[in-house]
Parts: sequence; structure tokens; C-alpha cells
Amino acid sequence: MDWSYILGHMNYWLFTVMMMTGLYIVIARGNLVKKIVGLNIFQTAVFMFYISIGKVSGGTVPIFPTDMEIDPEVTYSNPLPHVLILTAIVVGIATTSLALALVVRIHEEYDTIEEDDILEIETRIAREENRAHGGAMGGRA
Amino acid sequence: MSVSDGGQVLTLAGHLPILPVVVPFMAAPLVVVLGARRLAWPIAFAASLSALAVSVALLLQVLEGGGVSYHIGGWAPPLGIEYRIDAASALMLVLISGLSTTVLPFARRSLAHELEARRHMLFYAAWLLCVSGLMGMVASGDAFNIFVFLEISSLSTYALVASGAGRDRRALTAAYDYLIMGTIGATFFVIGIGFLYAATGTLNMAELAVIIGENGTDRTIQTAFAFIVVGMGLKVAVYPLHLWLPGAYTHAPSVVSAFLAGTATKAAVYVLLRFMFTVFRPEYLFEVRALEVIMLPLALVAMFAASVIAIFQRNLKRMLAYSSIAQIGYILLGIGFLSQTGLAAAVIHLFNHGITKAALFMGVGALLLRADTPFHDRIVGLGRRMPLTGFAMVIAGLSLIGVPGTAGFVSKWLLVQAALEKGWWPFALAVVGSSLLAVIYVWRMIEVLYLQEPEEGGRAEAPLSMLVPLWTVTAATVYFGLATGLTLGAAQSAAEGLMSGFIPVAGEGGGG
Repeated sequence: MDWSYILGHMNYWLFTVMMMTGLYIVIARGNLVKKIVGLNIFQTAVFMFYISIGKVSGGTVPIFPTDMEIDPEVTYSNPLPHVLILTAIVVGIATTSLALALVVRIHEEYDTIEEDDILEIETRIAREENRAHGGAMGGRA
Repeated sequence: MSVSDGGQVLTLAGHLPILPVVVPFMAAPLVVVLGARRLAWPIAFAASLSALAVSVALLLQVLEGGGVSYHIGGWAPPLGIEYRIDAASALMLVLISGLSTTVLPFARRSLAHELEARRHMLFYAAWLLCVSGLMGMVASGDAFNIFVFLEISSLSTYALVASGAGRDRRALTAAYDYLIMGTIGATFFVIGIGFLYAATGTLNMAELAVIIGENGTDRTIQTAFAFIVVGMGLKVAVYPLHLWLPGAYTHAPSVVSAFLAGTATKAAVYVLLRFMFTVFRPEYLFEVRALEVIMLPLALVAMFAASVIAIFQRNLKRMLAYSSIAQIGYILLGIGFLSQTGLAAAVIHLFNHGITKAALFMGVGALLLRADTPFHDRIVGLGRRMPLTGFAMVIAGLSLIGVPGTAGFVSKWLLVQAALEKGWWPFALAVVGSSLLAVIYVWRMIEVLYLQEPEEGGRAEAPLSMLVPLWTVTAATVYFGLATGLTLGAAQSAAEGLMSGFIPVAGEGGGG
């Protein structure tokens, strides 16, 4: 493994670092909104990975001239990953908005968006349920 | 829909493969745009019913004459998106649309009890989107298209689960957890597809299979395999990745639990099967031994750990959710055997467990209508007050255990057979042992429902609109336990198709 190998795969390194950053935020942060931010970083890393593999060295923008006379000398970048990612971005936006809507509703019901506080409230609910319904049989509700 | 080529005729029959996906997809916005609360249910039911009719027609067509290939918009693959229907996917289409059509009549009364009336319209729209997404996942033969449909079904599923918030606010956090984990899973899946595309330059699954078969695998393709298996594993709820499932099934409205337990994880298993066997080929799976080393132990852990956890639940719905995780273990065990019999067992258990669990969750929905909570101490003796509901749940419970004469027996018999065929008798014993654990938790349900005095008060049988769907599905578990021809035939030809690693297409012949 030498320098040209490391620099030659720059997009992969960046993608990996960014992806892991996002995933780490999702796991480590207790704030529900910050988790969504992490999820977005995670998804964006994947978008960048796709777009970077669409690059053809020396390739130009993949738009044909209007007279459709295509010069075989010109190399074009691969447009397909871009199109795919356009779809994936839309999916990502839908996910983010749904997640934020859920966070709003959670805030209304729990009055907090911190995971620890929510867990505490839910443990309390579960304990009350255990007390109320526990008589029937052993085990936790 | 534009003209399709590839020798397909310009009639409705030529467009059959896309209809079960498109009809619910178009009906969903129609429900919202019309905005009439009364029209929502009829539209949803009509769309679901027509999807079922088309799926059955497709299944018959496929069983007779081999697979069908459909080019969307007339663009030939590999450039265009291709839909491929073979025995396995046709069976899944019938399962998904069939369950949706049966559960929807049940939903009317159940939802009236569990969800505020003003949300019903949006609920049905989300339901239709979910059906459409699941059908698309199964029908599509394009890797990226599968991701898009996966997200359509997942996003609507999160909304459906969260709609349980009116009764219990924990539905919201369950939906949030599901969303986070589901999105991580779907993104892993899409990373895997990206690696596959980088290595092969195509997204068409049939062509991917050809290229991987010819050129063999390299590090990129192995990484893709790992990402796809883990990503789909999250949606399937493979044992250590199952954490979203109990919460989601427990707090979602009963109809949603009934539908999801029967279809959502099953469609994900189907996609996993497709990638493992059609794209990566069984030879590759033998080579990496990923299934033996990883899948089989996890399946065993799921079968036992989840069953044991299920025994100790006092919430009937949560108990059924844990039992689902255990049943997914059986399906993975069948896949992990890597033999034709094992695969057939997995495919048939997909179907059989789907209808069994749907019946049980519908039973819970009927109990909820009278008892208001699914806790064991609140439903004591309800089997006596609601004899028809109770009896249906007992039969479905027996199918969950795998008693002869029910659908569950067929799949477990096949699973044991597959284990013995390989000479792995400890696995056969494990299947039996885990079924004994199922006996315990099903018995607990029966004990609660029948062996105690019901509470005083006028609790009556569930209404007819709930009993008919409940008994339709329950009768199906018995029917498919006795008349095994259709499901067994479809499962075996599906397994054959998967093991041979290539989807036969009409015109090219093949066993279909």
C-alpha cells in the first residue's frame, strides 16, 4: 500500500469516513433530531459514493449536443449513478420529513426528545402495566 | 402505461406483471384527492381485490408456462427496468394481495375502535402505498428499483405503525426506532447495490447473475454481498437485528400488525433469497460458507431465544411478535440448509406462517374490540364469551405449533425432512424442540382464553365483518394444511428455480 494507492482511492476513503461519522452519530447521540442529522450524513455519504463512481476520467458532462451529432472522440461521464441518486435523494427527503414529523409528535406526547428521558418514561409505563396486569402469570408485561 | 415490446402484445393481459403494483399505487393518491371518508375504504378494497385477481392470474400463468418478463415503458433491459415473475414471486404476490384483501374488511370495525375517524382516510392511503411497495419489491427484477419499492413500503409502514399513537404513545417511539433501523438497513442495501454496479456496470438482476457467474467474484462483489445481506437482514428481523419488531407489532393497530406480520418481513426474505440465489448463485454461497457459519447459528438462536421470551410475555400482542421472530428463524434455517428441500421449506413457511400469524393478530384485534387491552389478565375467559374468535385463534395457534392438519405442519415437516436429507439430525431435533416451546406459549394463550372464568359484564362475540375475514384466513391455514398441492408445488418449483440460479422466462422455456 503506497501513496498513489491511498490517493487514488480518495473518494472511497472520504465516503467511508463520512459514512462512519453519520452512523456513529445515529448510535451515540441521544437527541432524536441529532440522530436524524446523523442519518442524513450517513445517506449523503452513500450518495457521494454513487456519484463518484459515475466519474469517467477525462469525461465531460453527459449532455449530447442538440443536433445529436455525437463526436466519438468525446468521453462522457456515466449519468446513470446521478439519476439513481436523484431518486435516492427524494427517498432521503421523504424519510427525513417523516422522521421529523414523528419527532414532533413524540415531543407532543412525551414533552421531550431526549432518548434517556423517553426511556425513563417508558420504563415507568411498563412498570405500571406490570403492577396492573402482572397478577395473571409470571414474567414481565 | 406505454407500449411494451419484447414480443408482448398490446393488450391488458400483456401488462399483467405491472398491474398489481400500479393499481394500489394509483389508488393511494386517489383516496386522498377525493377526500371523501366514505370512499376511502371501498377504493382501497377494490384496488386490493383487483391486485389479488391479477396476482392469481399471474400465478396460474407462471405455473403453466414458466416465468414472465415485462419491460417497463417498452425499454428493453438491461437499460430499462424489467419486471420478472416466476413461481416464487407470483406466490408472494398472491400472499401479499390476498392478505391485504382479507384483512381490509376486518379493518373497518377494528379501526373504528382503534383509530380516530378523521385519520382513516390517510390510513387507507398509507395502506395502499405499503401494498404497492411490497408488491413492487417482489415483482421487480431491477436491483435499484427494489430499493425504491422497499422505501415506499417502509415509509408507509412507519406511518401505519405510528397511527397506533392514539391508544398508546409508545407507538410513536416504536415507529421512530423502526424508521432509524429500517433506513440504516435500506441504506446498507443501497451501498451493496452500488458496489455491485461499480463491479459489473449493470443493475438488472438477471444480467448481474450472468456477469458474476462468468467473471467470478472479487473483493468488491463480496463486500456487496455482505452489505446486502446485513441491510435486508435488518428488514427481515434476523435475530440480532430484530429489535424494532416487538415494539412495532405491539403498538401498531391490530390490522397493521396482522398485515405486516404476514407480508412485510416476508417480502424482505424474498428479496434476500433473490439476491442470494439468483444474483450471487448457490455455488458462491457454498464457497463463502456464509450461510453455514452465520445464518444457521442465528436462525437457531432466534428459534429458541425468541420463543423463550415469548413464553414470558403477558401482552398477547407482544407474545405473538416474539413468536414471529422465532418463526423467521425457521425460514432462515431452511435457507441455511442450502438444499432444494430446505429452500422449498423456507418458501412454503413464508406463506404458511404469513397466513397463520395474520389470523392470530386478527384474533387479537377482535379481542381488543371487547377487552380494550391485549394483556392476559384482561382477556381471561374471553374464549367462552367469544367462541368463534377463540376457536379460530386456537386453530391458528395449532398451526403456529405445527400440528398435523394445519399449514404449519407442512412447512415444519419439510424443514425436518431437509435437515435429515443433509444428515444434520440435531437440526431436526432443534425444530421439534423449538416447536415444543411454541406449544407452551400457545397453551398459555388457550389457558387464558378458556380455562378461567370470564369477567362479569356483557361481552359478546365479535361482529360478522371481523369474523368472516378471521375465519377465511383460519380456514386457509387448515386448507393449505390438508390440500398441499398448490403451495407445495409452487414452493418446490420456486426452490428449483432459485437453486438453478436463473429465472426461466417464457419463450426461453424452463421449468417455471
